Amino acid sequence: MRVLAAMSGGVDSAVAAARAVEAGHDVVGVHLALSRMPGTLRTGSRGCCTIEDSRDAWRACDVLGIPYYVWDFSERFKEDVVQDFIDEYAAGRTPNPCMRCNERIKFAALLEKAIALGFDAVCTGHYAKVIEDADGNRELHRAADWAKDQSYVLGVLTHEQLKHSMFPLADTPSKAEVRAEAERRGLSVANKPDSHDICFIPDGDTAGWLAEKIDMATGDIVDESGAKVGEHPGANAFTVGQRRGLKLGTPAADGKPRFVLEIRPKENKVVVGPEALLAIDEIRGIKVSWAGLPIAEVETGMEFECYAQVRAHGDPVPATARMEPDGAGQLVVTLTNPLRGVAPGQTVVLYQGSRVLGQATIDAARSLQRAAL
Amino acid sequence: MEEAREALAAAAGAHPSEVIFTSGGTESDNLAVKGLYWSRAAEKPARRRILCSAVEHHAVLDTVEWLERHERADVTWLPVDGDGVVDLAVLEAELARDPDSIALVTVMWANNEVGTIQPIHRVVELAHAAGIPVHADAVQAFGSLPVDFKASGLDAMSVSGHKIGGPVGVGALLLGRSVKLTPVQHGGGQERDVRSGTLDTASISAFAAAAEHAVANLGVESARISSLRDRLIDGVRERVPEAVLRGAPGNGRLPGNAHFTFPGCEGDSLLFLLDLAGVESSTGSACTAGVPRPSHVLLAMGLDEETARGAQRFTLGHSSTDQDIDALLAALPGAYARARQAGMAGHESSIQTAGTVARQGLTGR
Repeated sequence: MRVLAAMSGGVDSAVAAARAVEAGHDVVGVHLALSRMPGTLRTGSRGCCTIEDSRDAWRACDVLGIPYYVWDFSERFKEDVVQDFIDEYAAGRTPNPCMRCNERIKFAALLEKAIALGFDAVCTGHYAKVIEDADGNRELHRAADWAKDQSYVLGVLTHEQLKHSMFPLADTPSKAEVRAEAERRGLSVANKPDSHDICFIPDGDTAGWLAEKIDMATGDIVDESGAKVGEHPGANAFTVGQRRGLKLGTPAADGKPRFVLEIRPKENKVVVGPEALLAIDEIRGIKVSWAGLPIAEVETGMEFECYAQVRAHGDPVPATARMEPDGAGQLVVTLTNPLRGVAPGQTVVLYQGSRVLGQATIDAARSLQRAAL
Repeated sequence: MEEAREALAAAAGAHPSEVIFTSGGTESDNLAVKGLYWSRAAEKPARRRILCSAVEHHAVLDTVEWLERHERADVTWLPVDGDGVVDLAVLEAELARDPDSIALVTVMWANNEVGTIQPIHRVVELAHAAGIPVHADAVQAFGSLPVDFKASGLDAMSVSGHKIGGPVGVGALLLGRSVKLTPVQHGGGQERDVRSGTLDTASISAFAAAAEHAVANLGVESARISSLRDRLIDGVRERVPEAVLRGAPGNGRLPGNAHFTFPGCEGDSLLFLLDLAGVESSTGSACTAGVPRPSHVLLAMGLDEETARGAQRFTLGHSSTDQDIDALLAALPGAYARARQAGMAGHESSIQTAGTVARQGLTGR
C-alpha cells in the first residue's frame, strides 16, 4: 500500500511510520503545519508544530529512509478546530479540540489530499486498533494497552475514514515499549516528552487564552433556585464540574462546597450547586456518527446495552442507548449509575467490549435529582 | 589567499582591495545594508530612509525590516510591475523627494524566485545623480549573467559561493574603495577592518576557482542553459496551457530560471508528484519549519494569494540536460491533473465525517 505517515515530530508517530515501512508499505512522511507562526522550540510537554517538531519529524524520516514533506493545513485548522473551540466555549459548551482535529483535519483534509495524490491510507501514532470482519467491513477497537488507549479521540471516525486509516501501534503492550523500540531504531525522539494539553494554547492557560478571544462580561452566579450567590468575570471561562475560582460571596446553607452545574451564555449566568446535583443520569447527543457500520439496533431504533465514556481518560460506565425514533438523529444514553462531570459540548463515545460503536456530541445532560427540585 | 582574492576580483570586475570575504550571501547582505545605513546615518543623522525593492531576498528584506524596527529606519518599498521589474519612475520620484534624508538604495540584480533581471545600471545612475549609494544583491546574477562591479557603478554588491558551483558557507561583499561601512561584527580587524574573523582559506580558494570557471564559460553555458529554459517554457505551455509564466520573458530573466503558477492546484501537491517522478522543483519560499507561504515576490507582482499558492519554480544549472527537460515534460501533465484533483487546502472536505453525516441526516452508512 502507499501510506502517508502523519509525523508530529513525536515518538509515537515516528515508531508507527517505522512499522509501516517494515511491513513493506511504500511510506511517505508528512508533517502538518497547523500554525502560520510556529514557535521555535517546545517548552516541556506543551505545544506542537514548532520548528523543533518539524525538524524532529524530518530527522525521523531521514533515519527511516523515507521522503519527508511539510503540508500547510493552518487555514483549515484555524477554521475547523481553533475557531470551533472558541465558538463552543462562547456558546457555554466544553469542546474537545483533539477530536475535531481527527474528524476534520487528520482524517478528512489530510486524508482527502492523500487519496487524491495516490495514497491508500493515512498512518498515525494513535493507540487504537482497526479490525476487519469477513466482509472487509472495519471496526475500531481499543488498543491493547488500555492505559494508553486513544480510541476515544478516534471514536468520531466514520466507516469511510476508517477504511483509509492505519494505527500500527495498536498492539503495543506499553508506551515504554514504544520508546525502547524508538531507541533501538536509532530515532532521536525516543525520550521526547509526551505532549498534552491543547497544542494551540502553548502556555496551557486556557482561561487566559479564551479571555482574549471571547467577549467576557461580568455576570451573576446563581444557585439552583436562581438566587444570586456571587459574580463572575465572564461565564464562558467556566466548565461544568468546576469548583475552584468561583469566589462565592454567599455560603451554601449546608456549608458544603459548590460546583458549576450549568453555564447559561445567553443570560451570562453560571449556575452552581452541591456536588450531588452534578450526577448525570441521561445524556442527549447530537451529530451522531458510527465508527464503522452501525449495529443493528441503531437501524431499528431498539435500545442496546453498551458502555459510555465522556472524556479521553475517563472510565467507561455501563449504559443503555437508543436512537430517537423521530428521525431527528438524536442519541439518548441512559447511564446505569449517575456520572459526574458531564458537560454539553463533550463527546460521548459508546463501546461494546473493546469495540467502539460510535459517538455523539453531548447536547444536554440531565440530572434526575436536579430535575426533581 | 591573496591569489584567490585577485581571481575573484577579476571574475567580478573589481579591484582586489574591493573584495571582502564573508560566510555567504546572507552575511554580505546584512553587512552591506546595515553597514551602509549606520555609516551614512553617522555622517548625517537625518539619513534614515532606505529605498528597497519589494521583491528582495529575505537576507535583504528582513535586514531592512530589522533596521526599521530597531534602528529607526524609514523604509520605502519600491513597487514592481507584473513582470517583477522595479518601477524606476517611483525610484526617481522618491530620490527627488528630500535626497538628504536617504541612507541607501538596495535593489537586487536578479530575482531568486521569478528570475527577473533588474535595470541595475539605471538604478545606479538615478541614485548617484542624487548622491545616494547603492547596494545590489547579485547572488543569483553572478556566474549566470555578465556581472562587472566596476562597470555597474555599484557601491556594494553581494555574491555567494554555492550559487556558482563553489562551496557553501563562503561569499563576498564587493565594496567600492571609497565606500565607508560600519562593521557589523567586531574583532581582529580583518578584511579592511570591516569584517573581523579569521578567513577560511580552503573555502575561499574553492570559491575563487569556481568563480573563475563560471565566468570563463559564461557565454557558452548561458546560451546552452537559456535554450534549455526556453524549451522547458515552451513545453510546459504546450502541455499545460493554463500555466502562466511568471517573471520577465526572454532575456529579461535568468538563463536557468523558469517560474510558473498553475491554477487550481497547491504548489506542494505538484511538488510532491513531480518529486515522485524524479523531478525536483520548488514552490518558492518556505519558513524554517518548511511551511509554504504565498511568496512576497508574487504578491508584489500583483498576484492574489490563491494564485500565488500554485507557484512552481524550475531551476537549471550546469548539470542540466535535454533529458531532464524531457522527464519534466513527460511527468507534468499527469502531475498537474492529479494535483488539481487534490484541490486547494481550505475547501470543504469530500470525505464523509461525523459533521457531514449529521448535516446529511445519515446514520453513518
